[in-house]
Amino acid sequence: MLTEELTVAGPTEEVVRRIVREELERAAERDAAARRAAIIASKGTLDWAYPPLILATTAAASGMDASIFFTFYGLNIVHKDFERKLKVSPVGNPAMPMPVPMPTIVTALPGMGPMATHMMKSMFDGKHVASIGELLESAQELGVRLVACQMTMDVFGYSQDDFIEGVEFGGAAAFLADARRAHVTLFV
Amino acid sequence: MAATHVDQELDARGLLCPMPIVKTAKAMRELPVGAVLKLLATDRGSITDVPAWADTTGNELLTSQEDDGTFVFLIRKVAE
Repeated sequence: MLTEELTVAGPTEEVVRRIVREELERAAERDAAARRAAIIASKGTLDWAYPPLILATTAAASGMDASIFFTFYGLNIVHKDFERKLKVSPVGNPAMPMPVPMPTIVTALPGMGPMATHMMKSMFDGKHVASIGELLESAQELGVRLVACQMTMDVFGYSQDDFIEGVEFGGAAAFLADARRAHVTLFV
Repeated sequence: MAATHVDQELDARGLLCPMPIVKTAKAMRELPVGAVLKLLATDRGSITDVPAWADTTGNELLTSQEDDGTFVFLIRKVAE
């Protein structure tokens, strides 16, 4: 039928445009990279633990192959002791909501870090935001690959036993092998 | 209009991003192709997230409406 349109009537611009659009759509559907997400988690605070976990979990829930590469402080997120390790610091963070306005220097006083961490956990909990533990569980259930960076583990003195069940171990080449096949790559 | 037959209902009210989508994906896994899931959510983000998720996964969003602060979505499973 397409051949007929092209040879008998001559290809009008409209027909050519439609054919090109359909071919592009078909090619996009075959593009495996559109179904892959490779994310780096490099930060080890409670607030920054959320974005990589939320994005990877949602990607997996959307039928994508998702992986997170945990490096440097991001290793905290998949450490067995993540509940205690992930904190927020009000120091140097003017965007951090505080119960009462206070000068920046006060946020550096002892006890302010734990207070801010406690406050943020209560805020998340009060709004029924999933906890980091729940997100890790969902991520693993949906098949998100969690990869810990071996080099930074060695630097920080971690062993493979320090990490939660199911974590894989790898290096930059492992991440790149994933990322070069993924349209969604993010450094968090 | 005849009411669409609902095979399963998922109550995601009170949950925030990404849990309504995570729970939807899990519920859809258990359903056969052609089945319809009714999703209830209160997360305002679900107004854009549920259609986006349906688009990415190739499932069909039949209807979406707001009912007294609750967003109600009917989604038909199209593919595994």
